[in-house]
Amino acid sequence: MLETVIHTENLTKQFGDFTAVDAITFDVYKGEIFGFLGANGAGKTTAMRILCGLLSPTSGEAKVAGFDVYKESEDIKKHIGYMSQKFSLYNNLTVKENIQFFGGIYGIERKRLKEKTNELIERLGLVHEADKLVGSLPLGWKQKISFSTAILHEPRIVFLDEPTGGVDPITRRQFWDMIYEASNRGITVFVTTHYMDEAEYCDRVSIMVDGAIAALNNPSDMKKDFGVKDMNDVFLELARGAKRGE
Amino acid sequence: MKIFLSFVRKEFQHLFRDRKSMLILLGLPVMMMLIFGFALSSEVKNSSVAILDYSKDEMTLRVIDRIDQSQYFTVTKNLNSESQIEEVFKKGEARLVVIFPQNFNDDLLHTNAAQVRLIGDASDPNTSNIVINYASAIIRDFQNEIFGLQKLPYEIKVETRMLYNPQLKSSYNFVPGVMTLILMLLGAMMTSVSIVKEKEMGTMEILLVSPMKPLMVVISKAIPYLVLCFVDLILILLMAVFVLDMPIAGSLPLLLAESLLFILTTLSLGLLISSIVDSQQVAMFISLVGFLMPALVFSGFMFPIENMPKPLQIVSNIVPTKWYYSIVSSIMVKGLGFGFIIKQTVILLGMTLVFLAAAIKKFKVRLA
Repeated sequence: MLETVIHTENLTKQFGDFTAVDAITFDVYKGEIFGFLGANGAGKTTAMRILCGLLSPTSGEAKVAGFDVYKESEDIKKHIGYMSQKFSLYNNLTVKENIQFFGGIYGIERKRLKEKTNELIERLGLVHEADKLVGSLPLGWKQKISFSTAILHEPRIVFLDEPTGGVDPITRRQFWDMIYEASNRGITVFVTTHYMDEAEYCDRVSIMVDGAIAALNNPSDMKKDFGVKDMNDVFLELARGAKRGE
Repeated sequence: MKIFLSFVRKEFQHLFRDRKSMLILLGLPVMMMLIFGFALSSEVKNSSVAILDYSKDEMTLRVIDRIDQSQYFTVTKNLNSESQIEEVFKKGEARLVVIFPQNFNDDLLHTNAAQVRLIGDASDPNTSNIVINYASAIIRDFQNEIFGLQKLPYEIKVETRMLYNPQLKSSYNFVPGVMTLILMLLGAMMTSVSIVKEKEMGTMEILLVSPMKPLMVVISKAIPYLVLCFVDLILILLMAVFVLDMPIAGSLPLLLAESLLFILTTLSLGLLISSIVDSQQVAMFISLVGFLMPALVFSGFMFPIENMPKPLQIVSNIVPTKWYYSIVSSIMVKGLGFGFIIKQTVILLGMTLVFLAAAIKKFKVRLA
């Protein structure tokens, strides 16, 4: 039996009259790479924010890493990592300072943090860049560092919000290698993306339309169900029916 | 706590990395003190005076000599006719024209009523006022000297004493003013900009997802500026005492404690601004136009509040700088103790709490 790390049931979020997330129900299992797809405005970000403990849902249930999103959001925050579409390191701090800062706010003990920082810098092949300002590095490197710091404290789940936006295909491929590696270590990866080739890399994919989950399956079964060749067609098929625009 | 410390450390790294800003933050108070201390002095020294003397007798020469001798005036020009007066002012050759009518000496000795006309260049009203006052005082002194011995039957003797600042040094006025402005600028503007920057960069989101409490994030962002404000404060006080020779009449610990309170006021104002706006430009604009300008105008530092129309006087009460300015000048210049500034202190404290409460409330609402 697979261990469930995220569980939601009829999770709903309303802003006034507007139902951003409409009774979504799904489970995510340990070590899985879970693709969370949807057009802009479909409710992805809102759902993700609820799961990260940033927003309180209107109704329904959700548990992340075994903690309730209503009452235990502080505990959730300790057990998740997060990387956003916006670049999430400080440009005017060095690589080392950035890693130490993010490790620090997750309460990693100082001596341990030092070891981890050095280990990470070595693993990323950034020994010579360790004391350079992050702002001077190319975007692809920044994204890699960003991802590494997001999982530095060994979270149970890492949330990636369009992590590869604006990155070249080779770096994207390398980035996904890092994601696989994390998933092999048992870290659950919850990722949103607009690249359909990336959707193919996921173990399972859900597609949100108008706040609800329109499809949830592994990519190959999903393609079979819709009788199409690639995920792009699946997505278009579903998104065409959307009522909400941008 | 450890988390908190690593955050504060990061803030200091930010601050020290940005050398240019550091230079500005530390250089600004020094610069302002020097500018106000030496360039913008409102004391009137060595003003040029033109003389139009129709009598040219012994008495007028003595008066002229007396004026010239004083450190406030230098006689630069002798005029021949009234038509030259305007010309002198237009060319800026004199701030004051002294006119003696004919037979000045005779009138003075025989009828006991001689006239002197003083004409000031009121295109700069403050200065001309001061100049006229100085000149009148000199002439009055001179008169007393001559007639001092022969007592008049009736006499009202006016004796003036300028309390707390007998030499009328302008540093007594502007040092508290500069302190107020600098703290306001640093506290409100820098804090709000640095927090809004995190929002703009998208790093705020990362911080909010971390186990750090949002309030902690904001507080630890304010701490480096608290330290910096205090450093600047000390810098200003050192300059006041050692460069501008302005003693601190009251208790230094009290002054520092009250300043700390004001720094907290400005920081919470900065937090409030940052909780409302989303871009650095807007934060800067609000703190400059919305807070620095009123701070300048309503602190009583440049313009006396008593001279303002009633509605503006009422408005001035909600400007925190007014109260801090009053506290600082009470302590530094008048040497008053805590008993005299309780009202101001309570008001500042109240404002701080209101700003802080509003900021926290606003901050939480945004997250929900």
